Amino acid sequence: MTATLSAPSDQAPSGKNPLSSGRLGTMQHAGIGLAAIAIGILATIVSGGFKWGWALIFAAISYVVLIYVVARLLEDRRQATDRLATAVMTMSFVLVLFPLVSVAWTVISKGSARFDATFFSETMRLTPEQLASQNDGAEVGGAIHAVYGTLMVTGLAALLSVPIGLFTAIYLVEYGRGRLARWTTAMVDVMTGIPSIVAGLFAYALFVLVFGPGTRSGIAGSVALTVLMTPVVIRSAEEMLRLVPDELREASFALGVPKWKTIVKIVIPTAIAGILTGVTLSIARVIGETAPLLVTAGLAQDTNLNPFSDRIATLPVYTYQLYKFPTLPPQASIDRAWAAALTLVVIVGILFTIARVMSTILKPKGLR
Amino acid sequence: MTILDQSPQTGEIAPVGKLGDRIFGGLARGAGILILVTLAAVALFLLSEAWPALTGDVTVLDGGDTLVEYIGPLVFGTFLAATLALVLATPLAVAVALYITHYAPKRLALTMGYFIDLLAAIPSVVFGLWGITVFAPLLAAHVYPWLEANLSFIPLFAGPASTSGRTMMTAGMVLAVMILPIITAISREVFLQTPRLHEEASLALGATRWEMIRQAVLPYGRSGVISGAMLGLGRALGETMAVAIILSPADLYTLNLISNQNSNTIAANIALKFPESSGLEVNRLIASGLVLFAITFAVNAGARRIARAGFSGAAG
Repeated sequence: MTATLSAPSDQAPSGKNPLSSGRLGTMQHAGIGLAAIAIGILATIVSGGFKWGWALIFAAISYVVLIYVVARLLEDRRQATDRLATAVMTMSFVLVLFPLVSVAWTVISKGSARFDATFFSETMRLTPEQLASQNDGAEVGGAIHAVYGTLMVTGLAALLSVPIGLFTAIYLVEYGRGRLARWTTAMVDVMTGIPSIVAGLFAYALFVLVFGPGTRSGIAGSVALTVLMTPVVIRSAEEMLRLVPDELREASFALGVPKWKTIVKIVIPTAIAGILTGVTLSIARVIGETAPLLVTAGLAQDTNLNPFSDRIATLPVYTYQLYKFPTLPPQASIDRAWAAALTLVVIVGILFTIARVMSTILKPKGLR
Repeated sequence: MTILDQSPQTGEIAPVGKLGDRIFGGLARGAGILILVTLAAVALFLLSEAWPALTGDVTVLDGGDTLVEYIGPLVFGTFLAATLALVLATPLAVAVALYITHYAPKRLALTMGYFIDLLAAIPSVVFGLWGITVFAPLLAAHVYPWLEANLSFIPLFAGPASTSGRTMMTAGMVLAVMILPIITAISREVFLQTPRLHEEASLALGATRWEMIRQAVLPYGRSGVISGAMLGLGRALGETMAVAIILSPADLYTLNLISNQNSNTIAANIALKFPESSGLEVNRLIASGLVLFAITFAVNAGARRIARAGFSGAAG
């Protein structure tokens, strides 16, 4: 884009060309890079022992300093500042990649130890023989009950929040005028910012008033997730409905079609790709929520398919509890926790891929 | 869908589809009202469950703290962790957003945008596990001893340095990694909306790329960056699991970022204590949740105000 306009001399050979005279050439730039790496390695050796991490950090710092000083000497102050900004920007980007790649790598490498068939067929209700066999390194116990729980609790949350969210978005875009609409918009913003633990406490408080203190159930977890998911659904659906051209609505009205039918038959089908993408992404957002489920659904050792009574295991809570409070031998619990974390990340990744595919396949022709 | 069946095809006197319109419009309106009711219910139910702790005597519980003494250090820890995360994440996020929008090749930029959105959806419990398994030992081995040896005259790094790495500094840095994708995503969006003519005018006058960014992109995107940062702050304030897993908490006020004694955050404290609590303890935890709700409410309201004021200003 604008990059092509800004610095025509970046790639030009230095020397003869009047446009690029007095500018750093590619060779000089490469030289600075090599010098920075050399300084980085030297600095670590001098300061006691070569280490990759420190060498990289020193090299990065010395590159930033070198490029500024050299540009200052060979070019002018403005070019030097520009090069400094470019270097800092690039370094920040690389710096940010490290933790993010490290997270991905850690989850995959540690999670794959127990990411096996047993993990997806057994629960944590283990016989004494199975428990004893763990000490000899047997891989027993799994999270299939937590997978069921996560799918059920999140599914119920989606069942609650998609209609509410969609109708609210329709209200805001197609009907909303005046004070109620303004208040709703403002409150959706507030709802977006509710901390997940507060949503969990709300659901807990609600169900305590109905069923008495200390109650735990899957549906309470679903209600908590609904509070978190609905504003996300509203925001994305609203955005998509607003993209539908007014000409389509007007053409429909002109043919005498009532407003509700226009919305159902014209507006929603036009926006359906975006709406479904938004719904999928909102599911991805809440499926890994731990805190609200910790206080509402708790954790169970076995499969519980009734969301209206008793504790239900879910993958995020399973991950947390097995890591934080491992049973003996601890490594078995920790391995299971990592496998559950990997399962969660895989589910999120699948949902993202579905959303991406859907947004390309379902997009109506002629829009965008 | 019974509404579909009632579509009046006859259409004699009444305007076509009047009943359908009324039902559908009513449903839409009802959903809007339901949002308001839900939010009111959140505040009301929290208040009703927090009431015994607010009015009763909580000093009978372990520790013997009054409610203010109990929640005070938690509020302090919450703000400390969130501020730390924000200070670390915002400059980096803006730099990354600028890199993606104005420096990276377009193809790479699209992929990176997708990657960063994906990272924003990685569950916090995963970040927590990563923080305590990989990041905390790394910092404890290489960074904290150095900070203690060289910078211990600053109260923030007074030490003694934690050997496990379960410190406020680690928690803040992990939170920074978590909110970075959010701030980056929003900044990237506003930077992309900078009018092309502003950018090209700046370049045509001979500005370098950095000067163009300072003259055209940053002034235009400033309010967007601020509201993105406020959103990130909101998320950091309410973030639970990562802090609950990483931090080794204590009931005190401290600015010391690298020791084993840290002020806990409200959210992490609830997650740690709630499963084993009962009776008045639960009410006390819910009271602290109510405080957190109020704090995030205020932060989000502030973000909204800035975003609105900023965007109308940027257009002029």
